[in-house]
Amino acid sequence: MSGYDRALSVFSPDGHVFQVEYAMEAVKRGKTISPDPQQRHPTDSSALRTGTCAVGVKGTDIVVLGCEKRSALKLQDTRITPSKIAMVDIHACLAFAGLNADARILIDKARLEAQSHRLTVEDPASIEYITKYIASVQQRYTQSGGVRPFGISTLVVGFDKNDSTPRLYQTEPSGIYSAWKANAIGRSSKTVREFLERNHQENMDREQTIQLTIKSLLEVVQTGAKNIEVAIMAPGKTVEMLPDEQIESYVKTIETEKQEEAAKKKTGRTGTTTAAILTRPGGGETAESTRESAD
Amino acid sequence: MRGPTIIKAEDDKTRQLNKHTLMAFSGEAGDTVQFAEYIQANIQLYTMRNDTELSPSAVSSFVRGELARSLRSRSPYTVNLLLGGMDPITEKPHLYWVDYLASLAPVPYAAHGYAQFYCLSILDKHHNPNISLDEGIKLLGMCTDELKRRLPIDYKGVLVKVVTKEGVKVVDFDNDRIVRSA
Repeated sequence: MSGYDRALSVFSPDGHVFQVEYAMEAVKRGKTISPDPQQRHPTDSSALRTGTCAVGVKGTDIVVLGCEKRSALKLQDTRITPSKIAMVDIHACLAFAGLNADARILIDKARLEAQSHRLTVEDPASIEYITKYIASVQQRYTQSGGVRPFGISTLVVGFDKNDSTPRLYQTEPSGIYSAWKANAIGRSSKTVREFLERNHQENMDREQTIQLTIKSLLEVVQTGAKNIEVAIMAPGKTVEMLPDEQIESYVKTIETEKQEEAAKKKTGRTGTTTAAILTRPGGGETAESTRESAD
Repeated sequence: MRGPTIIKAEDDKTRQLNKHTLMAFSGEAGDTVQFAEYIQANIQLYTMRNDTELSPSAVSSFVRGELARSLRSRSPYTVNLLLGGMDPITEKPHLYWVDYLASLAPVPYAAHGYAQFYCLSILDKHHNPNISLDEGIKLLGMCTDELKRRLPIDYKGVLVKVVTKEGVKVVDFDNDRIVRSA
């Protein structure tokens, strides 16, 4: 310990506020598994505590949120386990990655503000306003005494009143917020963001947008359809949660597409055997190892 | 037409609280809208927080509680309310009569203020539990006719809204019919 991560609102000499950086690490949360299974206590559930990924993609007149569900234990009731996609208001939807319990508090504050906004000015808050509010709450918790930052990043999506422009914003534990065409947060978000950078197109319709969302999630979600949830927002409508069967059929078409592509490659270059579906390890980024050694 | 006695003739004195619940109000001019919109915001916040719509009976209890709290404060709301709603689960209609002293009563038909004196007797005579929408509108017409006939004020007519399991809709209602006093 360098001593600069005790009191929260204290800079280290080289300009870092460590607690905030740790919070950003908690969003990815790839690190809780002990690499050596021998060292792990047999009843330790940290093997499951690997964090999840959330994706947001904008189309022409639609915006889609995709979320990786945490793999449930055998006896867990998945139907009533809280989702990582939440409504802030009827026109605004939020997905988060990081500490679930922190998110509950933040979402509740956002909902209260959204409703309070309606009451004071008789209009729903714009998506930017909601994002700004969430980010400012997150910022406050990096600069006050006796608190710790929120260990979550959020994706806020929706449509403003009388407007059909899709909105997608991201907030971070530090209080930074930014607007995106498509983005990912949480575990392996870098992999997914790179995938989105390669595959995002302008003017995508509903089908294309949903497909890209699921396809990008499948880059890092091994277990497939049953561990994905998708929320769709369209102008002037409330959120639509895509039913499991539909997600499954999307996953199936994507997988057959991938297989066909792989088969094409195979016939193109004879002799090489490439895996049909590229699966990536869910370990997350490795940038933190350099910083840890520097401490 | 506008002046010191009439500012607006067709002011909507209702607020929709959730998909199946509508609240009509009368009373002190500023209090009414302030209270109604405060209730509206809190009902919507509850719906958002718990991902469930409150039933009309739950809404009525909440409203009564807020009025009772307000009554015991330094400046209570002087608002009278009628709460109409469909329970989305049982699909049964509910009507609640609430006054500014925080009395709450589930009733088959209701009125507030001077209208009570003229309308309740008509409703007593003609209402039955299985009344249809058309018959209900007709009965409402009988009530407004009576108000036109006997209320000693320049009566401006009514705005009619219907709450069904599909939601709330405005219904056409003839307010221009001339009624001769007997």
